[in-house]
Amino acid sequence: MPRGALAKIGAVLLRVFVLVVFTVLLAFPFFWMVIASFKKNLDLYTVENNPFLFNMPPTLDNLRLLFGETQFVRWLANTALVGLIVVVITLLLALPAAYALARLTGRWGERLGIAIFLTYLIPPTLLFIPLSRVVAVLGLQDTIWSVVLVYPSMTIPFSIWLLMSFFKSIPKELEDAAMVDGLTRFGAFIRMVVPISISGILTVVIFSFTLVTQEFVYALTFISPESNQMVGVGIPIFLVRGDVYYWGSLMAACLVASLPIAFFYNLFLDRFIAGFTVGAVK
Amino acid sequence: MTDRKLGALMFAPAVLFILLLIGAPFVLAVLYAFSDVRIGSTGFHFVGLENFRSILQSPSFRQALQNSIVFTIGAETIVIVCSNILSIALEKPFLGRGFVRFLILLPWVAPVSLGTIGWKWILDSIYSVITWVLVALHFYKPYGAPMWLGEPHLAMASVILVHCWRLIPFSTVIMLAGRSAIPKEIPEAASIDGAGFWRTLFQINIPMMTPIISIAVLFGIIFTFTDMTVVFILTAGGPFDSTQTLPSLAFATGVQGSDLAAGAAISLFLVPVLVAVAYMMLRVAHRAEVV
Repeated sequence: MPRGALAKIGAVLLRVFVLVVFTVLLAFPFFWMVIASFKKNLDLYTVENNPFLFNMPPTLDNLRLLFGETQFVRWLANTALVGLIVVVITLLLALPAAYALARLTGRWGERLGIAIFLTYLIPPTLLFIPLSRVVAVLGLQDTIWSVVLVYPSMTIPFSIWLLMSFFKSIPKELEDAAMVDGLTRFGAFIRMVVPISISGILTVVIFSFTLVTQEFVYALTFISPESNQMVGVGIPIFLVRGDVYYWGSLMAACLVASLPIAFFYNLFLDRFIAGFTVGAVK
Repeated sequence: MTDRKLGALMFAPAVLFILLLIGAPFVLAVLYAFSDVRIGSTGFHFVGLENFRSILQSPSFRQALQNSIVFTIGAETIVIVCSNILSIALEKPFLGRGFVRFLILLPWVAPVSLGTIGWKWILDSIYSVITWVLVALHFYKPYGAPMWLGEPHLAMASVILVHCWRLIPFSTVIMLAGRSAIPKEIPEAASIDGAGFWRTLFQINIPMMTPIISIAVLFGIIFTFTDMTVVFILTAGGPFDSTQTLPSLAFATGVQGSDLAAGAAISLFLVPVLVAVAYMMLRVAHRAEVV
């Protein structure tokens, strides 16, 4: 065999090796959640048992406990409700703002756009202490309305940024023609630009919703009653009873809550990445 | 109405919201840091630099500051090397690439708190799968393996490991985006001129990818340095503050310990890093000519 072909086979094998190693390492915790979700407690907690095998027949008890005897479903519902409201608030504020920055404010708008993008970098861990006071003063403590109020501050900046570049890709002639036909500038925005921006809007919807499900610090700080929790806090804090972890149910909960979010985020990932790269990729 | 006026009007609600929920709390955080506010009391007195003086003298704070820096640099170094390798392997299409990408991305797209719980089970003091494998391979006697989250250095390594696990996917997709933006002709021309894999990598690909690598690094720094979820769930800062970071200490002091003023003062130490990162990001964006 010629040397070139051998080197090629070597390169392919190396690539396969790298991919397999990383995929296994990165996906392992989720694989491990699947295994634990369906194992009997006695099987989980017998140190001598090979943890990779089902030493006893699989069981649905963990799922039954999770859905029947914990507030898991309630947390999912809280999260979905907060997610929906936050998405609506985000769209109402970010759509006009992004359009204004893309079309109406000229060069000045581009700078402001960057400034808004930078506020996305401000982390919850910097603001959660004063915001906990603000939330308490407004009487929103311990309710989901506390996070409904605060989460848009995390979703709006990046959404404006995403929508801004989306609007810039729409030809200006579209609105010009509509305005010649008698629509006002704002009318043209509502009737012409918004309807053809569905895919940009969908990106913002998915981004905002997933951010709500992923957030931890604010929800942990503002809400303490078990029944008002968001799913990302309820699972780690309340499925742990005393010092006993219900590992089977805990892992099932993580899996059930993660996979749908992961799936949708993955669908729109390339667009989020285009936003994250701040124009460093052309 | 002129376009400029309408623009300002359409823009105002979002800016107002951001000012009220990001700008105002930030100002409050600074005010708190110089005051004596506590949960459960309504008093508000300025105490000058008192909070900073007591924080700087506390061993917990020094440990937290040091840990934050070590965790961030440690994790980010590993992340950059690994994600570079992984993005090269992922670049060319192959059968099942979409599915492999989904699996690789899971740590980033799933909620952090839930992924970290998965690690907590993997690193459990008694039922850890890592322990089981090491015992099965006779590295340790049964019950002789260390507790991964119970010993300071192992706990620190675990926190870094989980940060890497979470950020490698994010960094990889950013680098993939950067890689796909390099015109194919350049590496091809280089290889015709006789440049090997390493030379192409170090003299063409990496220099051309510098802006995108810096973006990945800057986000990575923010996500690690300001994160408290991983530490809070995995170790709660323990054992003996050995994995405490600035954000987790701010939470422990300000919220759990009711001392809002001290908590706010601790979290203000995140600001210099944030400002530096924002500055670097502006420079990268500027070079890419968006500003």
